[in-house]
Amino acid sequence: MDYIRDFFINFAHSWTTWISGGLPGWAVTVVNFLLGGLILVMMPVIATLALTWMERKVIGRIQNRLGPNRVGPWGIFQAIADAVKMLIKEDIIPDRADRPVFNLAPILIFVGAAMLWAVIPFGRRMIGQDLNIGALYVVAIGSITTVAVLMAGWASNNKFALIGAFRVVAQLLSYEIPMVLSIGVVVLVVGSMRMGTIVESQWVPFCLVLPVAFITYVLAAIAETGRAPFDLLEADSEIVAGYFVEYSGLKFGWFYIAEYGNLMAVSAITTTLFLGGWRGPFAGAAPVLGPLYFIIKTVLVIFVLMWIRGTLPRFRIDQMLAFAWKVLVPAALVNLLWVAAALKLPVPQAVQYAVMLVGNLAILGVTLTLLGQSAKQHAKRHGLAGA
Amino acid sequence: MFLFIVFALIAIVAGLGVILSRKPVYSALFLLVNFATLAALYIMLQAQFLAAVQIIVYAGAIVVLILFVIMLIGGGELRDIRDPNKTLLRRLTAPRVTGAVLALLLLAAIGYGLITGTLNSASGSAAAFNNGSVQAIASVLYTDYVLPFELASVLLLVGMIGAVVLAKNE
Repeated sequence: MDYIRDFFINFAHSWTTWISGGLPGWAVTVVNFLLGGLILVMMPVIATLALTWMERKVIGRIQNRLGPNRVGPWGIFQAIADAVKMLIKEDIIPDRADRPVFNLAPILIFVGAAMLWAVIPFGRRMIGQDLNIGALYVVAIGSITTVAVLMAGWASNNKFALIGAFRVVAQLLSYEIPMVLSIGVVVLVVGSMRMGTIVESQWVPFCLVLPVAFITYVLAAIAETGRAPFDLLEADSEIVAGYFVEYSGLKFGWFYIAEYGNLMAVSAITTTLFLGGWRGPFAGAAPVLGPLYFIIKTVLVIFVLMWIRGTLPRFRIDQMLAFAWKVLVPAALVNLLWVAAALKLPVPQAVQYAVMLVGNLAILGVTLTLLGQSAKQHAKRHGLAGA
Repeated sequence: MFLFIVFALIAIVAGLGVILSRKPVYSALFLLVNFATLAALYIMLQAQFLAAVQIIVYAGAIVVLILFVIMLIGGGELRDIRDPNKTLLRRLTAPRVTGAVLALLLLAAIGYGLITGTLNSASGSAAAFNNGSVQAIASVLYTDYVLPFELASVLLLVGMIGAVVLAKNE
């Protein structure tokens, strides 16, 4: 029973004991590191297989369709069929493409998607590497994606691809700022950048204490993963498919995998920072429940992101950048100041949290009121309905 | 030590690639490799925070901006503009002389530091740096070096205002 209660950790210990029987100490370390790395690298692939099916089903239901239902029961093998199709497609490189850069870009974007998983805590002590700069590491790895996208767009020697890449730069650089500011609020409250510590100190999920930071992070995360309604970088009706328009076969597959890997990673980071990670009822007594709670919460966040994608139309690029700079950044900055001030109050932590919540709700109310007023003015100026 | 040699070699090769590439985009990408290896060296010195900042600021922002500019103005192959008719003395233009002097000064400074021992690693052990913790850097940055820190932020603010003024276009 004790073994089951902390199954994953105990299993890892048994495994290490078992292989140390026949191997020298350094080889055990190497084998374990390789295995850990393999699991982390497989995460984006698993995410793609599971999430493409889920996304098609969810979007299908939102659009009053059935979604995939031919391959296997409820179409669950659709993703595998897609993967096989992608593997056996012809690999085309445009004639005047810059070959080295063209071939490097898909690898670099996948590396970025896979490396994110190193700091995500799936459960108590179940974390690839609990870096003391975990939250900052997430931001750093995220910034590699920008370079990879720019490389892909430029090397394709295609105008649509280049326009897509330029949009990516504008979008990712703008939305990185509210994202970092909202992560900064959490780091400020916890007093540590370790992902493990951030989860440990959430006796109440931070989405209930810092709703402004939570909403800002989710919106910025949608923009960072380039999903609708922020999918300007691959807006089909405007620039065909954006930066990966010239890619085919498995190279296109890498972009696909990176996109879904990033979607899952961003949801997992949201869960870690704002939803209490692996915490839940009885998770303290039976750590084996931790990963289960973590996965349930992550899938819930993914579902919300798909819901947003299925519901809202695409932004225009100037509206989108204006939203980042004129709404998200000021709100996040005011929130940061308020939380920093609230943390200095000489009162118990619960009271501090209450003060933060009040301030957050006030910021949210003011922001939404101002947004509503400007929308009304806009409607009046252009003679639209709703003025 | 082995890892240091590997990363240092990659950094040197990437640095050579920056100045020897014919395509500006390749130069920028070699610069990215160089910054990434520097980040790896920071990690080996137990300065994880510096490594992450190195990736965010240099790889994530500066190289992206360099790439952006190169792609906007066209990243074609550079031509050989050496003129064999010019004598060696005529080729010594002001920018080249300035660059050479600055390079020699840098070399001299590094050599001086190595000879006198001020550049040796003994004073910067992992424990002295508090394992590269954010708190250690922050306390130094906001007490001993608060004036340079604030001056740097004023400099950034001036740059931002300048960009806004230029973009206003009225």
